[in-house]
Amino acid sequence: MAIETTPVTSNEPVREIDSRLRSAVPRRTDESRRLDAAPVVFALSHVEVFYGAFRAVRDVNLEIHEHQITAFIGPSGCGKTTVLRSLNRMHDVIPGARVGGTVNYHGQNLYGPKVSATEVRRRIGMVFQKPNPFPKSIYDNVAFGPRVNGIKDNKKLDEIVEKSLRGAALWDEVKDRLRNSALGMSGGQQQRLCIARTIAVEPEVVLMDEPCSALDPIATARIEELMRELKHRFTIVIVTHNMQQAARTSDRTAFFTAELDSTSDQRTGLLVEYDATAKVFSNPSDTRTENYITGRFG
Amino acid sequence: MIDQPKPLLGSSRDLVDRAFGWLAFGAAALVLLILGMIAMTMTSRASSVFSKMGLDFFTTKRWAPPENIFGGLSFIWGTLYTSLIAIVLAVPISLAVALFITQVAPRRLKMPLVYVLDLLAVVPSVVFGLWGVLAFASPIQGVYTKIHHLVRGIPVLQSIFGDTPQGRCFMTAGIILAIMITPIITSLAREVIETTPQNEKEAAYALGATRWEMIRGSIIPHSKGGIVGTVMLGLGRAMGETIAAALVIGASIGQLSLDVFSPGNSMPAVIANEWGEADDLHKSGLIAMAVVLFMITILVNVIASTIVRRSMARSRGKRT
Amino acid sequence: MDTAVIDLRGRASWRTVKNTIMTVVMVSGFVVIAIPLVAILWSVIARGAHSAFSQFPAFFTKEIPHISRLPGPGMGPAIVGTLLVTGGATALAVPLGILGAVYLHEYGHESRFAHLVRFMSVVMTGVPSIVMGLFVYVVWTMRFGYSAFGGSIAMACLMLPVVIGSTEQMLRLVPPNLREASYALGATKSRTIVTVVVPAALPGIVSGALLAVARAAGETAPLLFTIGAATQFNPHLFEGANNALSAQIFVNATSSFAGAQDRAWGAALTLVLLTFLITMIARVFTARFGLKR
Repeated sequence: MAIETTPVTSNEPVREIDSRLRSAVPRRTDESRRLDAAPVVFALSHVEVFYGAFRAVRDVNLEIHEHQITAFIGPSGCGKTTVLRSLNRMHDVIPGARVGGTVNYHGQNLYGPKVSATEVRRRIGMVFQKPNPFPKSIYDNVAFGPRVNGIKDNKKLDEIVEKSLRGAALWDEVKDRLRNSALGMSGGQQQRLCIARTIAVEPEVVLMDEPCSALDPIATARIEELMRELKHRFTIVIVTHNMQQAARTSDRTAFFTAELDSTSDQRTGLLVEYDATAKVFSNPSDTRTENYITGRFG
Repeated sequence: MIDQPKPLLGSSRDLVDRAFGWLAFGAAALVLLILGMIAMTMTSRASSVFSKMGLDFFTTKRWAPPENIFGGLSFIWGTLYTSLIAIVLAVPISLAVALFITQVAPRRLKMPLVYVLDLLAVVPSVVFGLWGVLAFASPIQGVYTKIHHLVRGIPVLQSIFGDTPQGRCFMTAGIILAIMITPIITSLAREVIETTPQNEKEAAYALGATRWEMIRGSIIPHSKGGIVGTVMLGLGRAMGETIAAALVIGASIGQLSLDVFSPGNSMPAVIANEWGEADDLHKSGLIAMAVVLFMITILVNVIASTIVRRSMARSRGKRT
Repeated sequence: MDTAVIDLRGRASWRTVKNTIMTVVMVSGFVVIAIPLVAILWSVIARGAHSAFSQFPAFFTKEIPHISRLPGPGMGPAIVGTLLVTGGATALAVPLGILGAVYLHEYGHESRFAHLVRFMSVVMTGVPSIVMGLFVYVVWTMRFGYSAFGGSIAMACLMLPVVIGSTEQMLRLVPPNLREASYALGATKSRTIVTVVVPAALPGIVSGALLAVARAAGETAPLLFTIGAATQFNPHLFEGANNALSAQIFVNATSSFAGAQDRAWGAALTLVLLTFLITMIARVFTARFGLKR
């Protein structure tokens, strides 16, 4: 979890942003105002996550808005994935993990006493870093979620499978071999299958944990295109190591970093800056953000 | 599928989920339950015999059910002695075969050889016993007689390889047991040997060692602990093996003999052979015998698996 | 300048001789163990085939002669009995064993209780089969009399720890990210286990179970005290005494009548073929469908 830090020696604020980043982010100041107007889906307040006694991330405050793509960026080990997983209670399956603070979903506390984790996950889906299709057929993979929700009618399942595969831009490629094993597809196809599987249950939110890091550039481009389409139907939160990807695709960006905790001898993650993507990449408020974006560290 | 302000409460599906968890828990607890019940019910059934005989049960060789005298010493002796013979015969052979398969045999032969050995492991023990009593006991008696003549006159040996050898005796039981436990010891020994790190073997060769010297220098020191555990596991198996032993051991009563060619008896054998015609009290005596057998084999197996587990963990730890 | 040629041929020495001797020792070890194997299989095949197939199919269909000194077939009831008892034991031990392994790997993990159960499971595999047989005699047969089911219980107790051990091994091979994907879709833990984890590990689980079945089919001692010694066909699991190939072999082996001994060889051949068949199926399963370690 260590980060290589190159100290900034000059006193002048650094304004020189990578020109590639600049061109990837169109100026959209009117849109910034529009972004803030959209309804709030998640409201995180003083959220922190512990693995046993180790505090992995602390004091996270942010709001996720509907039908937008929010990106979490930052160096390794700063808590981005940890915060993402707290949004659909995936930490529940890890013994010793604990989430503190408040995670509100449409005003309800996600970790409230009577809240069922499985209900949460039906509304908030997740796509993982390494594609993980079940060792079943393509059809059964996509139909898994709906079947879990009690849909047994075969015709209805057929419809849902087709709709989801179309939504993931995979239908034309697999429509003749739905009964083949999902493991016979390429990495990019498998990941799109995982996306189809996730949207088959029609969640409200789709969380994505570095979905393209195991894929080649062409497959990555297709998934980014997909994300831009999907955001009209869902709310997307994506963790990514690839800054250009965040700049290209997201509406808002949250930058995390890890710092040495004064109380323990560990590096704890924290949220540094959270704003419209255009602003974060062209005119970041915090020096740490600038340093990361200009490649001085991370 | 979702209506927005529906509360995120649990449903009946979560009840099913919990129930499944408890079901699985129950299945796992079944192991403890069964073991506990074995210990309790058998001991209580045998308690009348234990309380009557006291420690004599273990120290008297006199076994006379009609007179209510149950001395288990001769059977305990028989079990230990035949297992000893089995180990003495099986261990060198098993190790030789394990080394042969892993070091000497050409790569292509390895899988077929392992297959053949595993085949031997699958043959039911009663078939071994059948062969032992019907096809082996008579011819081997001649061999025993020859061995006896060979050592006649040598003081200790002549009482071990005694006169009037029988086909059904300690020796035959030991041989049959040895044949039965060899595949197990071999396959476990193979696993242990194969944990020897490749670069330790290569280091020996690079110094100009012959294959045997490499085995002595790298493999044996590395595998010693695991092999000991494996041998003990084989011992545990031999001790618990009932049927094959029962058929060929000779079913004598109340004898303590060092003569391997004399008929003898063992704990499992006496239970199997005498049960059919035993009355209630006799049965209790046999059950008492089973309790002793239970304790001894568990002890041996526990020690053995601990040794094997520790040495495998240690050798894997060295690797990484 | 020295132009002597370097001689790399090496000399025969005590070391090379020792190496050769030890190689011979290792090879002969293998030969020594191969001899009895061949001898046993030869006897079983030769004598068993004579007994079982010379009067085909009577051996498999006729009853066991009441009076054991009579020659002639058959072993029909014993075959039926073996299938009944083994089938019953499988129905008991395999589902419970899989559930137990599921608990250990998916719920218990490294808890003290799970460690205790694993340890006791190993202990249980070491319990001599005769002890199991006597145990079931005390708790079941004494109360309910002889039946095939009593034999099934005893056999199931022998099979249970084996199935638990091999199943847990297979569950370990299922990658954790499959479980994650299922949870993320809103499936409960039990649903995940039943529809994702166990199906993924199923080939290995099945072959492990088959191997346990093969071993159980050959067991004798647990049956001696629980099923009785019927000579007529009894296809009922719960009622009445029954018989089995292994038990019959045992009883007939000590008989001094050639007829009974003959039948024992025939039964031995049948039993060996049965266990080999099950083992082969298990091996094929692993080879074709198993998860790679």
